Amino acid sequence: MQPALALQDVVVAFGALRAVGGVSLTVPKGQRRAIIGPNGAGKTTLFHAISGVVQPTSGKVIFEDADITALPPHRRARRGMGRTFQITNLFPTLTVRQNLFLALRGVSPGKFNLFGHARPTAEEQQRSAAALSLARLEGREDIAVANLSYGEQRQVELALAIANQPRLLLLDEPAAGLSPSERAMVAEVIRALPREITVILIEHDMDLVLGLVDHVTCLHEGMVLVEAPPEGIRGNAAVQEVYLGRPRH
Amino acid sequence: MKRQLAWLLVLLAAAALPLLLSSYHVDLATRILIFAVLAMSIDVLAGFVGRTSLCHGAIFGVATYVVIWASAKAGWAALPAMAAGVLAATLVAALFGVLAVRTRGVYFLLLTVALGMVVWGVCLRWTTVTGGENGLRGQDMRPALLVARENFYWLVLAVAALCSWGMWRFVNSPFGLSLRGIRDSESRMRALGYNVPLHLFVGFAVSGFFAGVAGAMYAFFNEYVSPTSVAMAQSVAGLLMAIVGGVGTLFGSFIGAAAIILLENTVSWYTDRWQSVLGLVFIFTMIFAPEGILGGLRRLAASKGRTR
Repeated sequence: MQPALALQDVVVAFGALRAVGGVSLTVPKGQRRAIIGPNGAGKTTLFHAISGVVQPTSGKVIFEDADITALPPHRRARRGMGRTFQITNLFPTLTVRQNLFLALRGVSPGKFNLFGHARPTAEEQQRSAAALSLARLEGREDIAVANLSYGEQRQVELALAIANQPRLLLLDEPAAGLSPSERAMVAEVIRALPREITVILIEHDMDLVLGLVDHVTCLHEGMVLVEAPPEGIRGNAAVQEVYLGRPRH
Repeated sequence: MKRQLAWLLVLLAAAALPLLLSSYHVDLATRILIFAVLAMSIDVLAGFVGRTSLCHGAIFGVATYVVIWASAKAGWAALPAMAAGVLAATLVAALFGVLAVRTRGVYFLLLTVALGMVVWGVCLRWTTVTGGENGLRGQDMRPALLVARENFYWLVLAVAALCSWGMWRFVNSPFGLSLRGIRDSESRMRALGYNVPLHLFVGFAVSGFFAGVAGAMYAFFNEYVSPTSVAMAQSVAGLLMAIVGGVGTLFGSFIGAAAIILLENTVSWYTDRWQSVLGLVFIFTMIFAPEGILGGLRRLAASKGRTR
């Protein structure tokens, strides 16, 4: 079976700094994959290369058999890639409903309706309701996003990314800055995603990650350090070393 | 329904004005309507896309120049001349749009200033076509039916109403919502599948179209155009009307245009330093009423509604 995403020797260099120094990885369809690593390991830069925000210096990004290395972010989104942002990135002056509407229209030609009414079609309404219920935002539709709590804004992040039913979902620290109970709720939302969606997740919280995913890639200094299922990560000496430092006896 | 009725009443009241006003004041009201359309076209960008333009006076002036040139030099009838003026303004706006859509904030502002200066320079120096500093004078440009100032006022009122409705529909359309999304977060819009520069380009061109309609009406109103009409002061005046009325309120532009033009008119009785007064108005608005008149009223109404 063709993989959902394949990276071939991706390098992202900013001047002399190689933030990503030659990463190859293959994510099969429907897999839940976590990318972990200490600060500065190159996780977010790698995410930017996958979503198109930065162009790799060399290497290839293959999405469902198509080479998308040179495509800008909006073209990748139209091919079925959704993402969330580490730092909440929404439309604060618009209501939750309008945020969802923009997400749904982003991949349809209906966004070029210049003088019509901004009303969702029946199908869009249904999708919007499904995304809101998955992200547990029912009843909050008519509130401007700026007036939501931080936790709820993180839920809107998720709702926007899943509204279009992407085939590949990139989650950049979805639980960043949340309380333990909110983190558990985000984990539930991710767990409830349809299995056919391939999910790649960056997260610092090991406990959250290891209970959620099928496979883990640990990055260190821009390179793949270890790739293993969660149970192989927990006791892995190399992973412990980069997170905690080398044991001195 | 109630809302439509309110708008109908406003429109009827505006239509009744010439029956009450002196001919001098009818001209003043006509001028207010024309500049309100210009201010609104600026508000479409400033209020709904977060891009403040300082070249809309130039786009407006291009339409004025083309209409008068087509009418006086080429001998075209009013309607084709008007169409040519609006088309020229839209094309200029589209060209400016191509150049400006990749910038934002102060860079967008400065780029639009520079583009406006280019238009002004062309109008000043291309003497054979534009008449240079002397400008262009039209003669009997209006069709017979519109020579009477009341009739012309009613036409301008109708066009201004149509333009307002069009811009209101535009900012509230799915496309208009995408512009507001771009104002709030460009990176999120890209991640959702939007080609941000394309949307900005279309937004700029549509806004330029409406500025062009205002400029074309101004040609028939004034029957004279000189480089002053495309100078930066024109863009600043239009922006100031949008700000005084309330950026992002769209219809505030009517209030802003009325306030500025009536003030100019009054002040000019007493002093030649109108530009200084305009500057002071700008400063006081920014400090004491940054949301403008309509924006402030809306906020007051909203807070009253909450305490009740």
